[in-house]
Amino acid sequence: MSALTDDTLSATPHAMRDEMIVFVIMALLLAAVPFSGIYPFFVMQALCFALVACAFNLLIGYGGLLSFGHAMFLGTAGYCSAHALKVWGLEPVLGILVGTGAACALAVVTGYISIRRQGIYFSMITLALSQLLYFLYLQTPFTHGEDGIQGIPQGMMLGFIDLSKPTILYYVVLIGFLAGFLLIFRTINSPFGEVLKSIRENEQRAISLGYKTDQYKLLAFILSGTIAGFAGSLKVFVAQNASLTDVHWSMSGEIVLMTLVGGLGTVFGPVVGAFVIIAMQQYLAGFGQWVTVIQGAIFVSCVLLFRRGLVGEIAHLLKRSL
Amino acid sequence: MQALYAQLLVGLINGSFYALLSLGLAVIFGMLNIINFAHGALYMMGAFCAYFLLTLTGLGYWWALLIAPIVVGIFGMILERTLLKWLTGLDHLYGLLLTFGIALIVQGLFQNYFGSSGLPYAIPDELKGGMNLGFMFLPIYRGWVVIFSLVVCLATWFLIEKTQLGAYLRAATENPTLVRAFGINVPRMITLTYGLGVGLAALAGVLSAPINQVRPLMGADLIIVVFAVVVIGGMGSIMGSIITGFALGVIEGLTKYFYPEASNTVVFVLMVLVLLVKPAGLTGRAA
Amino acid sequence: MPEVRTAQAPAAAASQMAGQFAGQVLGVQNLEAWYGESHILHGVNFNVNAGEVVTLLGRNGAGKTTTLKSIMGIIGKRTGSIRFNDAEIIRTSSDRIARMGVAFCPEERGIFASLDVRENLLLPPAVKQGGLTLDQIFDLFPNLKERLKSQGTKLSGGEQQMLAIARILRTGATFLMLDEPTEGLAPVIIQQIGETIARLKKQGFTILLVEQNFRFASTVADRFYIVEHGKIIDGFANSELQSNMDKLHTYLGV
Repeated sequence: MSALTDDTLSATPHAMRDEMIVFVIMALLLAAVPFSGIYPFFVMQALCFALVACAFNLLIGYGGLLSFGHAMFLGTAGYCSAHALKVWGLEPVLGILVGTGAACALAVVTGYISIRRQGIYFSMITLALSQLLYFLYLQTPFTHGEDGIQGIPQGMMLGFIDLSKPTILYYVVLIGFLAGFLLIFRTINSPFGEVLKSIRENEQRAISLGYKTDQYKLLAFILSGTIAGFAGSLKVFVAQNASLTDVHWSMSGEIVLMTLVGGLGTVFGPVVGAFVIIAMQQYLAGFGQWVTVIQGAIFVSCVLLFRRGLVGEIAHLLKRSL
Repeated sequence: MQALYAQLLVGLINGSFYALLSLGLAVIFGMLNIINFAHGALYMMGAFCAYFLLTLTGLGYWWALLIAPIVVGIFGMILERTLLKWLTGLDHLYGLLLTFGIALIVQGLFQNYFGSSGLPYAIPDELKGGMNLGFMFLPIYRGWVVIFSLVVCLATWFLIEKTQLGAYLRAATENPTLVRAFGINVPRMITLTYGLGVGLAALAGVLSAPINQVRPLMGADLIIVVFAVVVIGGMGSIMGSIITGFALGVIEGLTKYFYPEASNTVVFVLMVLVLLVKPAGLTGRAA
Repeated sequence: MPEVRTAQAPAAAASQMAGQFAGQVLGVQNLEAWYGESHILHGVNFNVNAGEVVTLLGRNGAGKTTTLKSIMGIIGKRTGSIRFNDAEIIRTSSDRIARMGVAFCPEERGIFASLDVRENLLLPPAVKQGGLTLDQIFDLFPNLKERLKSQGTKLSGGEQQMLAIARILRTGATFLMLDEPTEGLAPVIIQQIGETIARLKKQGFTILLVEQNFRFASTVADRFYIVEHGKIIDGFANSELQSNMDKLHTYLGV
């Protein structure tokens, strides 16, 4: 499979340094949000989606596997966390663990099934599996079907962090995002990440060098799904509900779109893309289905004209790795 | 017992659509190396075309069967000439993303103008009513859908496997450069092939209109099932796509009778089973 | 000490020798070609006249196949000049080139697995009048007649080669390019192919041949060009073959 992304930049010696600098800037900017007058709820939502997009990007940008079913991790973790918090009354950290754990288990199973095929078939399988889960969730009682799980308590994290206060919740979500982001960043720049990239470039060569490529791909899939689930668990605190929308294929499509707009295979692309798409959705909320049309148009223009995405284009212009 | 046969019939009908759509997908994938995510939206356009023909011009079902595939087919060919041809040489996945975008645009536009609820389309008079077969009551229209779909599928198979035109298509699927070096205008063939695949989808849409309501998202959930059908059957064989499509429709119908809660998901479950047992799919080539 | 000839000289010398033939069918000048990033041809110059059989000789990787593919228009990027029957085709698409009367038989033969022998045979469309009829083809290749219903790739190597040549004879193209038609074939079949080429030549076809087996080439060719590192470095007529054997051994490492 030919390379989807422009890898020549990340090989430069200053790559990691540039990326760390941008990371620090990003973290500082985000930390300043509660003082800026920007509505924190919007940013929190964007951060959750940004993390999902980063997790998705790990798989496609570095592993070459396009998952069209990532909503299943977002939704599964959301439902399980929601249930744990509301019905079992668990403390927030445990609630997050339940959700993330569920997503991880799902990733193990679905990864094992999906990895058996490559390329296009892999994408179709992830889509079909996600649809399977959608129908399951539609019917199982604990999800409350079309109504979803509402009114999820935010509670007191570790007994003393009051998540019902927006500013505190914001920083908790921000820390979760940064932690997840750093984990992905470390993975990309580790020996594991290098092997993954070489599999994306030329799987046959990697196999002939002795790597068990299926194991690497499966591991990447599990990591990606787990982190997406973690983001889904965080999102439950922000939105205070878990619904079928989170498991629908259109959600998977949006995750793909965010990463495409931001830049497949770039470090910061998914974050930028998530903010752009969420902002666009807020802005166009009154326009009904025009949002769908516009998203479709963005897909088309990105694929035909704008394949590197926002961050990718900037990185290309500046000749730096971002 | 009646109920079982009734579900079997529904299964055959769904199977007809699975077969027609997966056939189109396979033909397009063979020639263009693109998984046409827009296939569901084009199926929907076929149904809407029939609706418009009736409400705007008074042209009925029989005209729609002829005109809708041609109109939507031409639309598809325009899409190919203007958008899809830029994908040659790019990674497969961009084809998926591009056609997904096209599907969103088409479905979104239709949703804006027609909302999400269904528009009615009447069964044509000639096909109304039913026959009592003894073991079941057969609505004529539904029987027509199954038989006509079968005929179209077999005709397409014959066209591709047994005619000179089909030989060009098969050869160009295998080695387009060489076929072009023999003097055949391969880019034009590719456009026409896309039109053929799209036409089949639109035809399925017309057949579907009197049974399922005509609504903008009618193809969206269907296409995902068709993807599963294609994963199970593979895309290497025309006859394989046809048989797998009908078979899965029947299995779905039977599931609806014996275990209704699973009917939405049985095709996906089967896909999982096939992947675990025979990863390359039942008939075709693995990706 | 044999004198070292420059790239230009063989072409000039060759066309002097070719004086006895009628007009030029193919004229290639300064042809450069790339496969993606790789620069394969660095300025190829040669010509082929009507009714001739011209052979490109050279080692593996010299650029012989790339030259044929450049003429056929199926290579990525080409610059320079390729004139076919006085028309410039350096920028023409391959299907148009085929319809001008150029037929190509690739090294890998290109028999389609999803077609049977008959469909393979009938695939290339007629581009000009005067193509061989099926009867004439079965005359040249009698064993194809019995295998019409077999799947294309079920034929033996020799039969596939016959089929690959046979199908381009139907088209009416009079300029044939054959890429290593004897590769991997038994001596008996090689001889048959040699006889076929001789018969085609008698019927007025112009043939550009690529061969590594120069012993075979010497039985059919009128002229030779030596290709090395993407350039023509030498050329001589069949009559001069004996006097150039030493050079040939050096060039081809035979």
